[in-house]
Amino acid sequence: MTISLQSTPVATQPNWLDKIGAGHILLGIALVLYPLVASDFFLTQIGGYSLIFGMLGLSLMMLAGYGGMVSLAQITVAGIAAYCIAIFGDNNSHLLGFGWPWWIAAPVAILIAAIASSLIGWISVRTEGIYTIMITLAIATATFYFAQQNYAIFNGHSGYAGIRAPAFWGVNSRDPKAFYYLCLGFSVLAYAAILYGSRSTFGLTLQAIRDNPRRMRALGFNVTAHKVFAWFLAGIIGGLGGVLLVWFNGRVSPGTIGVDAAIDVLIIAVIGGLRHPIGPFLGALVVVLMQTFAIDLVGAERFNTLIGLVFLVIVFISPDGILGLWAKFKPNFSQESLRPGR
Amino acid sequence: MKMHRRTLLALALASGLTAPSLALAADDTIKIGLLATFEGPFTVLGEDSERGAMTAVEEVAGTVAGKKIEIVKGSSDASPDSAVRAARKLVEQDGVKVLIGPLSGDEGLAVKDYAKTQPTVTFLNGASAAQDTTFRDPAPNFFRFGTDGAQWMAGLGTYAFKDKGYKNVATVAEDYSFPYTQVFGFMAEFCKAGGHVPSKSWVPIGNKDFSSVIAAIPENVDAIYVALGGADAVNFLTQYQQSGGAAPLIGGSITVDQTVLTAKGKLRDVLVGTPSAGPTADTNDTPSWTKFVEAYKKQPGAFPSPSLFAHAYYINMKAALLGLDKVGGDVSDGGAKLRETLSSLSFETPTGKVSLDKNRNAIADIFLTEVTENEDGTLLNKLIKVVPQVNQTLGIAEADFTALGAVSRDNPSCP
Repeated sequence: MTISLQSTPVATQPNWLDKIGAGHILLGIALVLYPLVASDFFLTQIGGYSLIFGMLGLSLMMLAGYGGMVSLAQITVAGIAAYCIAIFGDNNSHLLGFGWPWWIAAPVAILIAAIASSLIGWISVRTEGIYTIMITLAIATATFYFAQQNYAIFNGHSGYAGIRAPAFWGVNSRDPKAFYYLCLGFSVLAYAAILYGSRSTFGLTLQAIRDNPRRMRALGFNVTAHKVFAWFLAGIIGGLGGVLLVWFNGRVSPGTIGVDAAIDVLIIAVIGGLRHPIGPFLGALVVVLMQTFAIDLVGAERFNTLIGLVFLVIVFISPDGILGLWAKFKPNFSQESLRPGR
Repeated sequence: MKMHRRTLLALALASGLTAPSLALAADDTIKIGLLATFEGPFTVLGEDSERGAMTAVEEVAGTVAGKKIEIVKGSSDASPDSAVRAARKLVEQDGVKVLIGPLSGDEGLAVKDYAKTQPTVTFLNGASAAQDTTFRDPAPNFFRFGTDGAQWMAGLGTYAFKDKGYKNVATVAEDYSFPYTQVFGFMAEFCKAGGHVPSKSWVPIGNKDFSSVIAAIPENVDAIYVALGGADAVNFLTQYQQSGGAAPLIGGSITVDQTVLTAKGKLRDVLVGTPSAGPTADTNDTPSWTKFVEAYKKQPGAFPSPSLFAHAYYINMKAALLGLDKVGGDVSDGGAKLRETLSSLSFETPTGKVSLDKNRNAIADIFLTEVTENEDGTLLNKLIKVVPQVNQTLGIAEADFTALGAVSRDNPSCP
């Protein structure tokens, strides 16, 4: 990600509209008005679910796009938060379930997920490239099997059921509209945080470390600490996604955090594009739509083939995913509001 | 402020997502959801389930009460999450009012919970056979015309103890709700008859290396009860045979079905003579069964003999169609009349009479079988005897049965 010097703003103070960008405002209005036209199914099963998986993809995009660390363990981080909600809050699986109120359980779950993410990061920052993928895949697989066979904490194969999204301030977030806005709110928050963070000192340092860790080390930056902190931040977003995911599903089991799900998150990030935080959300939308409706298009026997082919075509045409596709159709955006660094 | 083309694209995409919600079914068609495992480890079983369900649909030539039947398929990968997601799509997006499925144990428990949130939709189980799908905390709109995994074991415990003379039996089973239910059904009878189960091994689905499991089986057992499915069963049996294991086997309902019996290799030697029990038997020669097998074989890719999954989906689809026929295909009242009809429905199936108990779980005949070698060298399940009209409490008074406790890894126990 090069920072072009000629784009340094002249003395004119940009107004708030320019700062946010017209694209963002229109997209925001469309997303806020979406419940007016969408059915409950499209609201939660497509909208909410895409936003949740978009957040998981976002946590991976942040690590991969800005930090150069491709992680397959983001679903594991989300799963840890999800299991924490089941354990600290209420469930109907007759195991644990401390019954904490959501406003304690959710932040604690996210914090634990972020700490777990830091630990995973701390283990894997010594590796690079494909070895990071391998070590995070190993962690994801090990966690999956541990959850499947541990009965004292994870309740084995059946996991936890009967977890309910909270009702607060007179709003029942189990209601489709409320749940959609809940997902939307947190997604926007995470998206804005990444967008802002990528331009912050830390964000720029992280990108510099991605491009040349040795030089950064020589300049006196603590490369490991920066990377681990990036994992911590990614863990917060992943944990947030996990909390929403368990509220969405009402249950969590080892299947939620299996290798398939881990690869789904990677596909979402790759399909969407790793260059901009909007990518994972686009990717999630495409993946969720495909997984939901492919069976209607080609029948039950071959629908996974169709899903695979579509992904293959996207990646084949554009190595940068959907973001790259857009850039291809309109290559010379000078006014791109959706590009980091501006 | 320039209007970006990209922004327009985003808007176009967003408006595409607001596609019309529930496409209203035309008056002359009736939509039935079919939920099975068309992906993941149980794909083969899911495909056979579809054959069973379609056999029932074709029996009525695709129409019920003058309306055309439209089957909408949903796929899960045997995980509860995916089953609920697929069910939600069928119900909330496709607008089915009758749903048949799911296939495996934990999926059934999850879909039952979902059914409670959709009181106007009628759910009929597929082949999912965990006990508590209907026994504890049932959903008023969830019906199971196939029996559960404990019922499938009816007669086997007594047969193993009395006729075979096994006093000590070790169990090896997969680690989820369906095998728990199978072990429960076997042990309920076996322990009551006076047998002992000194060791229970639970293995994860998809386990490849059984050497530690085999090593943990006590020396002095008379037989091993094995409730594993598909590749797990083949792997265990092969490795057990290779390690020189000599104890005879007792099979769970899906352990000695055609998917395992047709496997190549020496494991055939350990299989011959293995008693088992289940809702079907290969050598059942009643006319209704042979007629069903013939009809089933017309389906593309059919097995030589329908699996118990095809059978279960057939029974449930058949029940749904009979119910729909009786109410004239009318589910406009939120299906209340249909569910009332189904609750009291009793009909003849290829495997005998089926009726429901008050939890909407089937009471049906169960077949005690034994693996034998055919003249042409193939293995099949020979019918030993029919246990008539087994109910969910296995003939035990309901209060006593409930007192046995919920099915789990540790319950029942008789070391």
